[in-house]
Amino acid sequence: MPDSTLTCQELVELVTDYLEAALPPEDCARFDAHLLGCPDCAVYVDQMRATIRLTGELSPAALSDEARRKLLDAFRDWRAQPGAAPSAPA
Amino acid sequence: MSDLPSLPSRPDESQRLAALRAGDEAAFLALVEQYHAALVRLATTYVGNPALAEDVAQETWVRALRGLERFEARSSLKTWLFRILTNTALTYAKRAGREITFSDLAGDDDEPAVEPEKFLPASDPEWAGHWAAPLQPWGTEGLEGRVERRELLRQVEAALADLPPNQRAVITLHDVEGWAAQDICNVLGLSETNQRVLLHRARARVRRAVTRFIEADQSAGEPTDA
Repeated sequence: MPDSTLTCQELVELVTDYLEAALPPEDCARFDAHLLGCPDCAVYVDQMRATIRLTGELSPAALSDEARRKLLDAFRDWRAQPGAAPSAPA
Repeated sequence: MSDLPSLPSRPDESQRLAALRAGDEAAFLALVEQYHAALVRLATTYVGNPALAEDVAQETWVRALRGLERFEARSSLKTWLFRILTNTALTYAKRAGREITFSDLAGDDDEPAVEPEKFLPASDPEWAGHWAAPLQPWGTEGLEGRVERRELLRQVEAALADLPPNQRAVITLHDVEGWAAQDICNVLGLSETNQRVLLHRARARVRRAVTRFIEADQSAGEPTDA
């Protein structure tokens, strides 16, 4: 159905492909055409963009001093093994 | 067998690698600062609890150091490191009795991005499949810097924690860590299509959680009309 228009219910399932630039050009054109005439779907796409932005604001947990110390110990153990780090600086 | 790497590693990466192999502590610490938190985050999706995820990440570094001499830079250091993580995490998950299959979408929930009742039914003569009621903008931009935004982020964090492991892994790498799709596919062993399906479901769930929070917040606190 090349000329069939997109319903809102169909559009919401295409939004990730749309935002990730994975929609074929003809579907992309239908998507854009729908958005022009549908303020609710425009709101929906804005909400998805806001969702992505919010998720992107989550900061990874800071590295704890304990974890850093343990990892440094592991690194020194590894370096001390014969042949592990052949050109280890003195 | 080709002895040339398929992709040349970036110059800064080969310097980094050389420094690590030479036993340079600062180079190692820089790598740890850059990736450890993300390793723990991803490990959590496999093993569930953060303490065990920390163990998995620590074990990953130990395995990576042991394998450093054999690393041929065919992939980026990052991809290599995270592959070691997924292998380590799978071992831990299996030991803890958790069955994780990232590539299998079949057993996954097949829920729509938006609840079907939000749309007019197929029986509607004119507007079947269109929104049943106008969609309210969130207005989250106006919350910039305010307490509500911190609360909003807590909601997003909680929504992520509630996701099925495969969705959570993909949205974490894609939207939190900002990875390219191809790197995610390499590390998690997913096709690009499956990666996008998981991302789609994950984002839709997070959006629904934020919508619920904002709607509850609006009906609870703010004046409805002025």
